[in-house]
Order: sequence, then structure tokens, then C-alpha cells
Amino acid sequence: MAEHVPVVEVNDVSKRFIIRKEKSLKERLVNAGRSKQFKEDFWALKNVSLEIGSGQTIGLIGPNGSGKSTLLKTIGGIIQPTSGTIRRRGRLAALLELGAGFHQDLTGRENVYLNASILGLSRKQTDLYFDDIVEFSGIKDFIDTQVKFYSSGMYVRLAFAVAVHVDPDLLLVDEVLAVGDEAFQRKCLDKIRSFQREGRTIVLVTHSLGQITEFCDRAVLLNKGEVLFDGVPHEAVRDFRDVLEERRQDEAEAHNATHEEQVPVNNGRIVSTTVHAAGRAEGDPVHPGDDLIVRVTYEHPTGLPDWIAAIQIDNVQGVPVYGTASPRMKLDLGVLREPTTVEFVLHDVQFGTGKYFINSTLMNRERAHVHDVPQAVSFDVPYYDLAVGIVHSTPEIRVVGA
Amino acid sequence: MTGLQESPLQRANRLSTEPWQQAGGRSSGVTGTVASVREIWEQRRLLRLLTGRELKSRYKDSAGGFLWSLAKPLTQLFIYYLVIGQFLGAARGIENFAIYIFAGLTIYTLFSEIVGAGTGSIIANAGLVKKVYLPREIFPLAAVGSALFNFAVQFVILIIASIVVGTLSFGPQLLFGLGALVLILIWGTAVGVLLAALNVYLRDIQYLVEVVLLLLMWASPILYSWQQAAAILPQWLLEIYVNSPITLAVLGFQEAFWSEASNGVPLPHLAIRMLIAGVVGLVALFAAQRVFSRLQGDFAQEL
Ligand SMILES: Nc1ncnc2c1ncn2[C@@H]1O[C@H](COP(=O)(O)OP(=O)(O)OP(=O)(O)O)[C@@H](O)[C@H]1O
Ligand SMILES: [Mg+2]
Repeated sequence: MAEHVPVVEVNDVSKRFIIRKEKSLKERLVNAGRSKQFKEDFWALKNVSLEIGSGQTIGLIGPNGSGKSTLLKTIGGIIQPTSGTIRRRGRLAALLELGAGFHQDLTGRENVYLNASILGLSRKQTDLYFDDIVEFSGIKDFIDTQVKFYSSGMYVRLAFAVAVHVDPDLLLVDEVLAVGDEAFQRKCLDKIRSFQREGRTIVLVTHSLGQITEFCDRAVLLNKGEVLFDGVPHEAVRDFRDVLEERRQDEAEAHNATHEEQVPVNNGRIVSTTVHAAGRAEGDPVHPGDDLIVRVTYEHPTGLPDWIAAIQIDNVQGVPVYGTASPRMKLDLGVLREPTTVEFVLHDVQFGTGKYFINSTLMNRERAHVHDVPQAVSFDVPYYDLAVGIVHSTPEIRVVGA
Repeated sequence: MTGLQESPLQRANRLSTEPWQQAGGRSSGVTGTVASVREIWEQRRLLRLLTGRELKSRYKDSAGGFLWSLAKPLTQLFIYYLVIGQFLGAARGIENFAIYIFAGLTIYTLFSEIVGAGTGSIIANAGLVKKVYLPREIFPLAAVGSALFNFAVQFVILIIASIVVGTLSFGPQLLFGLGALVLILIWGTAVGVLLAALNVYLRDIQYLVEVVLLLLMWASPILYSWQQAAAILPQWLLEIYVNSPITLAVLGFQEAFWSEASNGVPLPHLAIRMLIAGVVGLVALFAAQRVFSRLQGDFAQEL
């Protein structure tokens, strides 16, 4: 079984950052005696263990600050873990947080040679690949310009082009693709596909969960420096959404606690929003073909004539996928005073796999927003293995003639 | 090189026979130093590239190119010759004063450039340090490389000048010049490597170094003779003064390119003193590398 030879072993790795509050000699001397209070310990990674086999494509996901970049850097050997060990084998190419190691004062061409040399290529070998690299990057006209004059997209283009042309066994990619334009992203993803066919190992950090489920055969979910989940990508993505939802609710609560007085009590508000599929309990997954029932309760102590009830459904990337409001149905709601519940029934919904959020809005007759509750509730649509996307449809594929 | 046509299975098989590497990790003690030296040796091509870059960026976009590297020492020479030699009369006690100064300045400039550029080298290359793993000693070493280049240019001028003036003669005293060069390389590298690492944590060092380098120039017999210092310094300070590697290197250079034809008074036991300073320097270099190695693990996160 030579199919999956281990190429990276992360063994019980923890990383502590010491955040110092001052940096100059004077401050250090002045504070020498009580330096303790000017330091802050922070564990960016806690007892992380991973084994990565050759040919795997691993997605690393987690909320901001969860330690993804830190983990990638320790694998790349750029920072040292505080405890634990990491070993790896084979040629490594890394694209860490916005680009490879480029030298600002050098031209693109010189940087290509510099990087290739760091990665262990001789000048001759680099000559051989040079034209391919430039062509792939698509910045031929700028190759003899200093990279400090590059746009961030151009920078990443060149960095990615170098990294994929030096024949790496292991490629580490940290969120760099997002900077490229759509055409280039496509090109990169195609390259990643061909890397997969060639049996190279890829570790990918991205906030695009679609890429994780589409490209990876394994996903690792990090939260606060710990591995929460390690396994099938779509399960990791689901768990990740739960983590995000928890965090969002915590933040919303904290926000409410401090901003209570700003809730427009006198001017009417949305009291509650709930969602469920007909025939299912609240919180259960919503299946394609279900009738979705959204109930929103509104009130307005001083009275709001000709008021408008509206909802909008967003997917997890915040893209609106559905929206409707009472005027569209020529519905006259009269005057809002006492708590009033409106039921929106969305028949036969066909959402694709994923989590969806419902934003709830109360408007006056001029359509000014009286009260908004973004992401008031959410629902999940279970994993569907025959198709991806935000729309559900049962596929059928057949050959119709030669 | 394993080509792109390698099949997944072949790749896996090759990987299974490859040895494990510790990611970024290095051992301590002598074995650590040996490992570092080997790593640096493997990246020598990169060292050349970085040295070239260092030189290029220093004179980038300048029409005069590297000729500018001569402007500063020649101006210094001119000012010192005129002000100190003629106005203040130092030239009266020292024959061929211009060669005398230039010999000292040439070797001292080498030291000062190695240390000055080396100290800032990690920070100047932050872009690379933060993104790729390399033996980071490469950066202060690249500073040594580019300083050596400038030194070579000045050195050629020194040789030409001393031939013209007639202070250069072929003989064993030239070995002092070689010794001085080696001495400065050892000590300059040791100090440069150490300060490069410390400067990441304490940015003030960079500015401190500039001032100290200015001071050190006057703490060695470049613009006056060592006997003049001997006449006023207390004994203990004199011992430190004459045995400092910089003084020894300056004297070595003067011995090689100036003394013979200029009735210079040699420092007693110069050769043996230089030898000892060299050996001590090697120990210092080893220690500096150890400190560097200890500190370099956290460079990426401190920048
Ligand atoms: N050099 C550093 N010094 C101090 N703290 C650091 C350093 N680098 C990272 N951290 C801290 O470590 C934690 C993890 O950071 P990391 O960059 O790994 O997060 P991440 O998962 O990549 O987040 P994101 O999704 O925003 O990229 C953060 O809280 C960050 O503040
Ligand atoms: Mg990150």
C-alpha cells in the first residue's frame, strides 16, 4: 500500500505567542523589573496532531484567529512550535498569507529565480520553467518591474505560478486564491486538480467552504487552536457552520447587552422570528420539496399604519437567495400596535445543501427600515451527494446518441 | 530531477524512501552548528543571489553605479588627509600619511559595513523571513558578501596608490594584510550575526550600532599612530586598545601596505596577537551562531 505514504507528521504541537506591549530599549529598561505584566501569553495551537498522507488534499477551516495560518507556518518550518514536533519529507512549496517570499526591491524575474533557488532548483532548471511560469502568471509585461509596484493580484499570480512550477511534493496554500480575479482562480483550481491527479499533497486554507467540499478529500476544523473535527469535508463544513453560528449568537448577545437602549422600543420592533418545515420540528433540517414556514412577530407601541413585513434568505456566504414582502402580495396589514404574528409559507422550497439565514425586516409605508434583525434564525439543508449549489434539483445524466 | 511525468504511485514510492526532515528545527551545540553550516552551504547559490541583490539595491537606479561606493571612502580620505594630516599636523610624524590613512580606512570600512548591514539584514529581508524557510544566517552573510565587494574595489585603489607612492614591496609583510582580512571577516561576521538576531527583538540596536561604529573608528590607530595612543592611555586601557581585533587588523594592513617604506614602528608581537585574536574570534563566531540559532526560531513571528 504505497498509495498513501505519510508525508507530514504533526505530533502534539502547541504554539504559544507572547504578546509584548512594548518594543523599544527605553521601555524595556524602564519596565525591566516588572516585565511580567507587560507580557501576555496566547496559545494559538493546542496539542494539534495530524498525519497527512501523500496525494491527499486537505482543507483547513476555522473561524478567524483559530490558528490555521499558524499551523501552516509551523508545517512550513517558518515558525517553531513551542512544544511538539513536526516532520515532513519531499519538496515543499508554500504560499502563505498573501504571497510567497518576494523581495520588494527585486523585479518579478529576479524573484522567480530567487524563489526557485530557495526551493532547490538550479539556474538551469529554472530557465527551463521560466517561460511556463510567466505564461501561467499572465503578467509578462510586468516581469521586469520591481514587485513592489505590483497589484496584490499580480503578486499572487506570480507567487502561485512559481509555487506550482517547481515540482513540489507538498503545496501549502493559505487563502491566496481569493485575491486573484475569477479567471485566474479558475486556472489555479484547475492546476490544483491536476496536482491531485499527479499525486501531490495539498494543504489548503480557505474561507470559501465551497472549495473545501469541492476539492478536498479531507477537512480539518480548527477552533481556538484545537482540532474540533478531522474527516469528511462536508461534515467538517457543517460543524464549522455550527461553530460560527454559536459565535455569532454569543456576539449578538454581547452586543445586545451593551446596546440594549438602542433597540427601537418606542418605534416598533420584531419580537421573534422562527422557522420550520411543515411537518417537521423547529431546528430539523429542511428537505427539498418541503413547505417552509417562517413566523415573525412584530409590535409597535405607538401604532404604525400601512406597515410592511419582509424576509430575506441568505446563504452562508451572505448571498441573498430569496426574498419576499407583504406588498408584493398586495397585502394590506393595517395598523401595527399589539404583537402581531405574520406567517410566511414558502411552498415547495428547493434549496441546495448548506446553511441558510433568515433576515427579518419591519418597514413603514415609505419602506424605511423600522427594525432589522439580520440572521434572525437559520436552517440547514442536508448534504446531497448528487449535486452541489444553492438550488436543488434531481439530476439525470445520460448519453443521447454518439 | 524527478519530472512532471512521475505517476502518483512512483511519487509515493519515492517519498516513502525519502528521509524525514524536522520542519525548521535544528539541534543544539556543535552538531547544530555543523548542521547550520551544511544548510548554508547547500544554499550558497542563494547567498550569491542575495549578495548581488544587496549590491544592486544599494546603487539601484543610480547612473554612477558602484562608482558611488568609492565616493565615500575617497571623500573621507581627502578630508582626513587635509584636516587631520595637514591642518592639525598629524602628517608630520607619519610618512606617506595618505596611504597610512587609506590602509586603515579600507580594512575598517569592511568591518563597519559587515556589522552595519548585517545588523539590519533580518529586518530588511522580513518579506522572505516571514514566508519561506531558509537558514537565516544567509542574510547577515549576504551583508558580508556585499561588504567584501566594496572592500575589493577599495583594495584595488589602495594597491595602485601604494605602488604609485612606493610603499608597496613584495615580501612576507604582505601576510599581515591577509591576516588582517581574515581577522576582520571572523569578527565582523560574529558581531554581525549576533546583532542581526538581537535587532529583531530590540530595534534600537540598529541605531546604537551606527553610533558605536563611528566611535570605534577613533578607537583604532587609523588617523593617528598607536604610539600616540600609548603615550596617554593608562596601561590597562592600552592593553585592551592594542589587542582589540580592529586595532590589530588596522595595524596589520598598515604593516603590509605602508610600513616598509615609511619607517613605521611595528607593535611588538603583532603576528602572535593577531593569531590569538583570530582564535578567540572563532570561538566568538561559534557562540554568535549558537545565539542566532536559538533566536531565529521566533524571527517570523516577531517581524
Ligand atoms: N506573530 C504573532 N504574534 C502574536 N500573535 C500572533 C502572531 N501570529 C498569530 N498570532 C495570533 O495567533 C492566533 C491565530 O492566528 P492565525 O493567523 O493562525 O489565525 P487564522 O486561523 O489563520 O485566522 P484567519 O482566518 O483570520 O486567517 C491569532 O489570535 C493571532 O492573533
Ligand atoms: Mg490566516
